Amino acid sequence: MIIHHPILGPRDAQEFVYLGDASLIDRPDGMTAGVEVFHDYLYNRTNPAGEHQELWYHEQGDRSWLVVTRNTVTHEITKVELARDVARSRGRTK
Amino acid sequence: MRYSGFRVIAEALTGHKGWKPVWRDPDPQPEYDYIIIGGGGHGLATAYYLAKEFGQARIAVLEKGYLGGGNVGRNTTIIRSNYLLDGNEPFYEFSLKLWEGLEQDFNYNAMVSQRGIINLIHTDAQRDAATRRGNAMIMHGADARLLSRDEVRQMYPWLNFDNARFPIKGALMQPRGGTVRDDAVAWGYARGADQRGVDLIQNCEVTGMRIENGRIKGVETTRGYIGAKKVGVAVAGSSSKVMAHAGMRLPIESHVLQAFVSEGLKPLIDGVMTFGAGHFYVSQSDKGGLVFGGDIDGYNSYAQRGNLPVIEDVAEGGMALMPAIGRVRLLRTWGGIMDMSMDGSPIIDKTHVEGLYFNGGWCYGGFKATPASGWAFAHLLAKDESHITAKAYRFDRFLKGLMIDEKGQGAQPNLH
Repeated sequence: MIIHHPILGPRDAQEFVYLGDASLIDRPDGMTAGVEVFHDYLYNRTNPAGEHQELWYHEQGDRSWLVVTRNTVTHEITKVELARDVARSRGRTK
Repeated sequence: MRYSGFRVIAEALTGHKGWKPVWRDPDPQPEYDYIIIGGGGHGLATAYYLAKEFGQARIAVLEKGYLGGGNVGRNTTIIRSNYLLDGNEPFYEFSLKLWEGLEQDFNYNAMVSQRGIINLIHTDAQRDAATRRGNAMIMHGADARLLSRDEVRQMYPWLNFDNARFPIKGALMQPRGGTVRDDAVAWGYARGADQRGVDLIQNCEVTGMRIENGRIKGVETTRGYIGAKKVGVAVAGSSSKVMAHAGMRLPIESHVLQAFVSEGLKPLIDGVMTFGAGHFYVSQSDKGGLVFGGDIDGYNSYAQRGNLPVIEDVAEGGMALMPAIGRVRLLRTWGGIMDMSMDGSPIIDKTHVEGLYFNGGWCYGGFKATPASGWAFAHLLAKDESHITAKAYRFDRFLKGLMIDEKGQGAQPNLH
């Protein structure tokens, strides 16, 4: 798989480490969220067959975190964004 | 139809005209007591034991494709019970004991071959860990032996013992481990279930679940609605897709695991060998091909095919361990979809829907678990309580901090 890095251009997926569903960006507030909410965040996954937004880390590159939109049935990648931009667009400060 | 040596000879003399289809191909009835979703190894074993051991009737197995067309035909056929943790070892040892009696039990040749499995050791720390695991296995009634470097050398003199990074210092052996003909397991269970009146319904994909007042009423399928008192789901690989019909999100990611077969070679490897440090394991089939594999690809996938980096990684692992295979040609590679759970261990449990039960999360260890998984799931379905060896495989273990994490990797499914 080739990941089209927004800054570095096409890079082999081998250079990256995979973390998982991009919903991991939306971590609940540990001080206010209950155990059930945190349990759901940490352990449960939608795990769709089809389009999936996921976090990839460019470990052997510029060490940026990316949100890759990829189809889990065909492995086709349709969108690559910097995770920072995605987090900010969802209201996070960084 | 029972199989026997006499029958084979009689058929050979009469042109093999007397063999009949091994199971019926029935249309679904409007309602069953039990519906098992998934006609793979685990689902068929569940139906078989439900009918045979728990005396239940009116059972159907629904399969979206053909029987045994999923992971039970895509694995590397290894059986073993070399686990460390209390939640796992009794279950897998129960499974290995069932394997040992399976062919007589269902009167079908599954080619159960206990040639032994060894896990290679490269450091003192690994030897300590292997000793501990071996002791845990023995305490749960399994068998284990610690092999010295010389004993390993006697078995496989052509291994790379002096690899600079991973010199071989010994191995943990389970002599009762081995391999089984995987397709025959599905066929044997299917035949045994069919003989006991179970309807095996193929080309029947579940497209929805009818749930009223928190209770399952039946399932919508591509062959119409089928009612049921209890529904058991055993569709590892597609668990999240099926359980989404009940509104559930699971502690599971689907990942692709690749496997490989080389061209046929003369006898080279007697048993099963794992080279954990090099992410490689191998056995040799009766036809002579080396059957081997390594890590999962590491990203969510439902594609049943992987990518080249893992093929390269596995080949490198093989070459590091066995330089002699350098000129051997690869015959086939394929991929299967694994339910990778959050702690690397399976789930056999009730759900929040009354009458709906779940069996999945087998990671890449589902094949060896087939008999015990079927037995324990049938126990749960028939008696509404967990089998004694499967009590730890609960959904709520993540909420309660009771994970069964053999590798200690935490909630990162692609690392288990």
